[in-house]
Amino acid sequence: MAGRLKATKRMKKIMRRYYTQAKYAHLFGKKVAWITSGGPVEPLIAMNIIPVYPENHGAMIGASKMGGKLSEFAEGMGYSQDVCSYAKGDITSSITKESPIPGGLPKPDLLVCSNNICGTVLKWYEIQARKFNVPLFIYDTPFVHTEFTQEAKEYVDAQTQEYIQFLERVTGKKFNHKRMKKVWRLSLKSMHLWKAVLETAEHKPSPMTAFDAFFHLALIVTLRGKKTVVRYYQLLLKELKERTEQDVGAVENEKYRLLWDNLPIWFRMRWLSEKFAGHQAALVADTYTQAWCGVIDYIDENDYMSSLGEAYTRIHLNVGVDQMAETIKKFIKQYNVDGLVMHSNRSCKPYSFGQYDIQNLLREMDIPVLILEADMTDERKFSESQAETRIDAFMEMIKQKKN
Amino acid sequence: MLTLGVDIGSLTAKGILFDGNQIVEKYLMPVGYNSKKASEKLIKALMEKAGIVDTDIKNIVATGYGRNNVEKADKAVSEIICHGKGVHFLLPHIRTIIDIGGQDSKVIVLDVSGKVSNFVMNDKCAAGTGRFLDVMARAMETEIEDFGPLALQGENPSKISSVCTVFAESEIISLVAKGEKREDITSGIHWSIARRIASMVKRLGMVTPVAMSGGVALNVGVIDTLEQILETKIETSALSQYGGALGAALMAAEL
Ligand code: SF4
Repeated sequence: MAGRLKATKRMKKIMRRYYTQAKYAHLFGKKVAWITSGGPVEPLIAMNIIPVYPENHGAMIGASKMGGKLSEFAEGMGYSQDVCSYAKGDITSSITKESPIPGGLPKPDLLVCSNNICGTVLKWYEIQARKFNVPLFIYDTPFVHTEFTQEAKEYVDAQTQEYIQFLERVTGKKFNHKRMKKVWRLSLKSMHLWKAVLETAEHKPSPMTAFDAFFHLALIVTLRGKKTVVRYYQLLLKELKERTEQDVGAVENEKYRLLWDNLPIWFRMRWLSEKFAGHQAALVADTYTQAWCGVIDYIDENDYMSSLGEAYTRIHLNVGVDQMAETIKKFIKQYNVDGLVMHSNRSCKPYSFGQYDIQNLLREMDIPVLILEADMTDERKFSESQAETRIDAFMEMIKQKKN
Repeated sequence: MLTLGVDIGSLTAKGILFDGNQIVEKYLMPVGYNSKKASEKLIKALMEKAGIVDTDIKNIVATGYGRNNVEKADKAVSEIICHGKGVHFLLPHIRTIIDIGGQDSKVIVLDVSGKVSNFVMNDKCAAGTGRFLDVMARAMETEIEDFGPLALQGENPSKISSVCTVFAESEIISLVAKGEKREDITSGIHWSIARRIASMVKRLGMVTPVAMSGGVALNVGVIDTLEQILETKIETSALSQYGGALGAALMAAEL
């Protein structure tokens, strides 16, 4: 077996350094902004503000198997069982300081929230803005049911301007357009590299699986726009290409190729990856990590003022089910997959609610679909024996079909 | 040479001895809390019944919830494939199988050659499973065998709106208190589970003819309501309960 990717070590170091810098930001006279995973981060980087992602923190909480406990605490405060477990984990952690990061996330000086991923983040960020008594900017992206209209474009472009004014107000400094130009280009460059990284999985056998992608994703989420990210993905890409040249697969004797939909189940990554590998199945692609390079085509490298809005509005979770299905169809062909595994995620409604419709829209492709019920961080919403029965049955069916 | 298929479900354990052409012997017993012990007992009982010894059996395949706890098994295979195979052997023309198990309900679509082409299982809760019927029968103080026939006598099925087993139980208690007829409440219960199962069938896309396998296939009330909702006949076989075990025995013959 190929074993772990060597780059992993470097990645852990970068993340550690990033969180340390964020923690001591004030000592260096820097501000910390909390921002949603789909929020426009580049202007923050251009203004030397350190972005921190409660959702990335949420993923860490999940991977450390703390999600259930933190959710329970929030439910005790009155939050519903049905509220996203990232939100509940963050709200709890900001009170109790329980976190895989010692002391939890560094306190924010400002909050930036874009509702391009869901409506939950609006309330979540409002709550935190009140708690920390800091300014909040909401970047409101209209839902793209079928097309991105001129009205929508004008609406979001105006917000890009307001966002910049907001940052000027909060920092008391003029916006650095020159720096922003560079950051914008670097951001696009890292998206291209991320895309190239993911596309190495087109190769048979695939040099990486979605489980690797879930892990290596953290950088493009948190630090896109920085040189470190570009350098890191160049390194990772090189390593993956070495694997493809030597036909080294991430899964021993890869026989079946699968596509994953929705967020990972952070607290069961190892179990799932071993379960699928045991069936000689590689999850070669997923819709989640692809979302961070899905809007490349809408970006004008030289004009952030009028393409930032479009790029952030047309992301995977902010488009209609038809388009989501089209994206999935594209991946099915591109990565030559034998089946689709859909994680029906109790937390993430915008990601999960259209899944049965998507399944219907895929019918003509005759591709087996498995729906796994779980949650990205709340282990109370997961039953191992049920998941096991379903995965085994699904894989046996695919084997029967292929042979 | 004989092969053996064992199906360790959440409530009952089933075993089938197969000689390559036909079923030689069958056996069914409750599982209890220790599925490992149950499987040992089942295999022993089946061999005694058939008058054979260990070495007469070429291969053993286990299926069902306890499939990984059957020490003597040469292979564990999930229920989906086994039910598909078993039903295809008993009723070769069938294209859609509905199986309501103790913990899981499933709908399986077969291609013409009997291979599984797609399946769907209930979501995480016990609402559309055999457990639902058990709990409801107990709440109605009716033996599970009499539950289906009682449902058929209902003329105005009561409305049971909750799909949750626990809530439905309290709904029933209040229907009883309101004085609704026993038959009508029982009928309502059957409509409730049938609607849930039917939505799974529709989700997958039903291909006729349709059959039901597993223990709940013995319940005439479920069959009747499902036939009405799906507007198609639902076939069963006298060996419905053994579909999984039979499929396992057939798989064992192919090893
Ligand atoms: S609901 Fe979904 S998109 Fe929104 S914060 Fe939770 S996981 Fe993210």
